[in-house]
Amino acid sequence: MAVAEPRGDSPTFGAAQEPSQEPSAASGSTAEPGERVPTVVVDGVHIVYRVHGAAPAAAPGAASKPDDAMGHRSLRARLAGRKPQFGSVREVHAVRGVSFAAYRGEAIGLIGSNGSGKSTLLRAIAGLLPTEHGAVYTSGQPSLLGVNAALMSDLTGEKNVVLGGLAMGMSKAQVREQYQQIVDFSGINTTGDFISLPMRTYSSGMAARLRFSIAAAKDHDVLLVDEALATGDRAFQKQSERRIRELRERAGTIFLVSHNQKSIRDVCDRVLWLDKGLLRMDGPTDAVIKAYEQATAR
Amino acid sequence: MINSPEPQQSDPQVDPQPDQPFDFRALAERHGLAVSGARPTFTAYLRQLWGRRYFIEAFSRAKLTSQYSQARLGQVWQVATPLLNAAVFYLVFGVLLQSKRGVPDYIPFLVTGVFVWTFTQTSVTAGVRAISGNIGLVRALHFPRASLPLALCLQQFQQLMFSMAVLVAILLGYGIPPTPNWLLVVPVLILQSMFNAGLALAVARLGSNTQDLAQVMPFVLRTWMYMSGVMYSLADKAKHMPEVIQVLLTLNPAAIYLDLMRFALIDSFHADQLPPHVWPLAVGWALLVGGGGFVYFWMAEETYGRG
Repeated sequence: MAVAEPRGDSPTFGAAQEPSQEPSAASGSTAEPGERVPTVVVDGVHIVYRVHGAAPAAAPGAASKPDDAMGHRSLRARLAGRKPQFGSVREVHAVRGVSFAAYRGEAIGLIGSNGSGKSTLLRAIAGLLPTEHGAVYTSGQPSLLGVNAALMSDLTGEKNVVLGGLAMGMSKAQVREQYQQIVDFSGINTTGDFISLPMRTYSSGMAARLRFSIAAAKDHDVLLVDEALATGDRAFQKQSERRIRELRERAGTIFLVSHNQKSIRDVCDRVLWLDKGLLRMDGPTDAVIKAYEQATAR
Repeated sequence: MINSPEPQQSDPQVDPQPDQPFDFRALAERHGLAVSGARPTFTAYLRQLWGRRYFIEAFSRAKLTSQYSQARLGQVWQVATPLLNAAVFYLVFGVLLQSKRGVPDYIPFLVTGVFVWTFTQTSVTAGVRAISGNIGLVRALHFPRASLPLALCLQQFQQLMFSMAVLVAILLGYGIPPTPNWLLVVPVLILQSMFNAGLALAVARLGSNTQDLAQVMPFVLRTWMYMSGVMYSLADKAKHMPEVIQVLLTLNPAAIYLDLMRFALIDSFHADQLPPHVWPLAVGWALLVGGGGFVYFWMAEETYGRG
């Protein structure tokens, strides 16, 4: 974990990009020889959020504004002076008919403006959000890299490591085994015995480091990473990127949502560009990022 | 992954060709991929839940200790809260309203009632918000969702253990001798826990995507409390009521568990004060609500987390 390696040109990158090198193991028994093994197949997926008590905006079509896609903006809609109708349910169509197949060994980046449906799609792949139409097929259990929601700020870092590990599905023994590694990786204890203090006493950077360390302690078949690389100071960011690459080597497929195009370029070989819930482009990293930059520069 | 070397914006999706749509479903089926987030079978669900038993335990204990971690007195509140609760009820119903008329050992009677009722009440209150209040967790991690209401019930159970310690102190201080009957506390607690867990699971599903139930619940629970004879002897109050109501009141599961606990702990609470068929009823309610609530919750497993 601590071994420094040159960024961007790690040897595993080239290997993963060569599909013919993929062994057709396990589920690939029925596959034609030489066919790549899909790990995630997204088939015409639509995802709709329902927001209670938020009246539709006056302007037609505004309900599908990308800003509303995550359902976070109902308060703003209210503050804008719209009267919420009693018992009204507003539907927010966050993902509208996305299809693609991801194969073993791929690292796929998701880019797009805020509210374009990236995180929503990730949650649907993980099976955490039900789809309205279409289906997501996966081999193995895709997992989101993130345990933030399971941690409690009133508990000590120590107890949070255990709680977070158990929440991710690790066994008691696995947690015990990984405990020291997690603490060491987070670097929480380098300046004092902070791990035995409640997490609410941590600085935001320290808390973020511990969260990442817990989340990254487990290996996954299909790993989904949502903006996790932007935590901590520069040194920790580099350390986390290394860890993501390690996880990638062991995971079948990795998905990365990020607004940091550098980390997408460093980690991913394929990029999906989502725009207003639609898949606008799907291709090699350089081509898609270039097109995305051209479109957003305007 | 790369079907055309230079994807054009005018031809956005590379994988499915526009004129001959790619059959993703067939691809998935050919490789034996499973639908993500599908509801597991009932037995698989039970197995998953058992696999998460340490998480359930850790989650409940974390909730319990974080509850008072910012208070100066800290964990003393685990004991002080039930004590204060009992004191308030004693002041209102024992001193002001004189409900103690006709009830020997009124303080033990009242305190047992309050503590045992609180277990059911807080389990239901926590259950309603078990999913909606932990939506971030549900949307971030994979685990059988029943872990949440069950963990919250376990937290209430641990809370009850503190209360029971207080109760035993009150009973002994009141001069009530420990008898072999006290052993009945164990089956009563098991049955009541099953009942509470089932109820918490059921209301967790009902309250999973709306806050409205959580708003109504306090009123439902207060009504239920007054009908369960927590502060007074229900048998005395119901004497002059129509027989239908008397029968209905004896069927009330909360009252059944309360009375059984009083029968177990208080020697002046005799068996003839218990309604007929009280043990079969206690077991029946536990199995019906415990099992039914669990199945009802499982049937919507894949939908939890929808915004």
